[in-house]
Amino acid sequence: MDLYEYQGRALFARHGVPVLDGGVATTTQEAVELAERLGDRVVVKAQVKVGGRGKAGGVKLADTVDEVNTHATNILGMDIKGHTVEKVMLTVTADIDEEYYFSYLLDRANRTFLCIASTAGGMEIEEVAHTAPEKVVKLPIDAGVGVTPEIADGIVTQAGFPEDLRDQLVDVFVKLWGAFVAEDATLVEVNPLVRTPEGRVLALDAKVTLDENADFRHPDNAEFEDKSSVDPLEQRAKDSGLNYVKLDGSVGIIGNGAGLVMSTLDVVSYAGENHGGVKPANFLDIGGGASAAVMANGLEVVLSDPQVKSVFVNIFGGITACDEVARGILGALQTLADRGEDVTKPLVARIDGNNAEAGRQILADANHPLITVVETMDAAADKAAELAHKGA
Amino acid sequence: MAIFLNETSKVIVQGMTGSEGMKHTRRMLKAGTEIVGGVNPRKAGTKVDVDGVSLPVFASVQEAIAETGANTSVVFVPPAFSKAAVVEAIDAEIELVIVITEGIPVHDSVTFWNYAESKGNKTRIVGPNCPGIASPGKSNAGITPADITGTGPIGLVSKSGTLTYQLMYELRDIGFSTSVGIGGDPVIGTTHIDCLKAFEEDPETKAIVMIGEIGGDAEERAAEYIKNHVTKPVVGYIAGFTAPEGKTMGHAGAIISGSAGTAESKKEALEAAGVKVGKTPSETARLMREVVENL
Repeated sequence: MDLYEYQGRALFARHGVPVLDGGVATTTQEAVELAERLGDRVVVKAQVKVGGRGKAGGVKLADTVDEVNTHATNILGMDIKGHTVEKVMLTVTADIDEEYYFSYLLDRANRTFLCIASTAGGMEIEEVAHTAPEKVVKLPIDAGVGVTPEIADGIVTQAGFPEDLRDQLVDVFVKLWGAFVAEDATLVEVNPLVRTPEGRVLALDAKVTLDENADFRHPDNAEFEDKSSVDPLEQRAKDSGLNYVKLDGSVGIIGNGAGLVMSTLDVVSYAGENHGGVKPANFLDIGGGASAAVMANGLEVVLSDPQVKSVFVNIFGGITACDEVARGILGALQTLADRGEDVTKPLVARIDGNNAEAGRQILADANHPLITVVETMDAAADKAAELAHKGA
Repeated sequence: MAIFLNETSKVIVQGMTGSEGMKHTRRMLKAGTEIVGGVNPRKAGTKVDVDGVSLPVFASVQEAIAETGANTSVVFVPPAFSKAAVVEAIDAEIELVIVITEGIPVHDSVTFWNYAESKGNKTRIVGPNCPGIASPGKSNAGITPADITGTGPIGLVSKSGTLTYQLMYELRDIGFSTSVGIGGDPVIGTTHIDCLKAFEEDPETKAIVMIGEIGGDAEERAAEYIKNHVTKPVVGYIAGFTAPEGKTMGHAGAIISGSAGTAESKKEALEAAGVKVGKTPSETARLMREVVENL
């Protein structure tokens, strides 16, 4: 989960990392009150999780409260690359002598954590790594050891940070590591980390990604969940414990197992090329078990997407054999009917694996007007795409 | 032969007394796995009856090894306790620990991996978030359905559970030496490369299926390894060609960020290494069938 800058800044402050005084506002009124408290020149920044907000006019300096009023009014509600600005962050400003780059992140390939540091900050680190690789230092961090003052001291030396900042930087690097571990982050990035003319070190930006698998250790993280920007269907699926991602197409997808569902999206897209270019409407993994109750919840979410014109149920019956899966599909449709849902969209079922023939026979015997049973995944995808195209 | 797991493997289950642990212990026993006990410090000294088989519960992995000669552990404990369970298995220097649990924080996975490294990697870790290892007809450690395939010359390594089952089922008449589900998390113990190396060395394995998915660069690195070290034919499949950027597709590790981790780059790397890559699971099975016919 990516945090907004204002959330990252608050998280840094909580762990003792030096940041500029500031706060967040959701209305112009709040922004004005905040500016009055800050009482100085402030910067007003749009809070969105995409880059390029400066270019879009989402970052403005304000010398007076009137200017804060104008900028906050303009920025709140602004659209930046499809993201509506709901909040602005205000901070006091700082004069900058030098800009640095610093981050801790997960290094998947090497199965460890990594520290990236550079005295060339303020721009994209990938670009620095490309144009001046000698200015970028990458150091693996052993999770068992962490970042001790000695290790932080080594980072200062290796990255060539100014000698007179050594003590401050060691302190900041140790505290950032503390935040990285304590918050179960997979990324904490400060770009820029700056030196002021008075020789102070400050984190002027905060980019933080948290690991959702660790939410059970951080009950407070629920407040980071940004329900306003989450697709309502995704939210509804999440509330029923389903793994659902909304996409743009018209073929609803339900399957068991992340890999099989991803594969189903691919196969449906290929099939769609022969049927007016229809595409999958969603990713939905109902998990290995594929019980009737979970199937019903899944179908309900998929069918409530108005873009969906047909549904492809693609299940491999392993531990839950196909006869149970077949009864599950029928049970799910019955459950929806009992709930008063008006189910009218055609459903293509492909079930394979243990007791596949018995499962198909159950569906054939039921003779449900909406269900078409197709034996192979490729042919079933083709049928689902065809039905979606016809229904469009 | 087979790799990592065979008929001589003695298996314990960490978290056996929980509901998932119990359910799958029963299934593993039915599949012929030699399960010699479970670990739960709170129930140490008791016995659990599983379909007429009485399994002892030990206080620690260490004790279980001392009493039974166990060399493999399957971990079903909940995410909050998984790190401690794996660290305990590493401390006991068990040969193989298979972590089935889904949803382990990545800080915990990195920590137990770094710990295993610091102890000289005496314990092979498979997973987390994986279906485990199945050597059909010999042993089954994990949650892979045992009755979907037979014994044969194909070795399989995969990030995904149900896709593995699908291919095992489609190729059930040819059969498998071993299938290893390495898991869909961003950080895992045993990699595609570890399995490719073991399959290359296993005389029973004649051909290899490798299933990958979007995210990370494990498949690209595996392709490089195949080019230089694997002489047996390899057929590949990659899921997620049409996955959008920046959205996690079910598995914590399955996410495209920027230009990294796309299915296209993985496919290209594999094809450049001489791997035949199927466009769909069925085509992949067909390609493997051709390979086996020409062996």
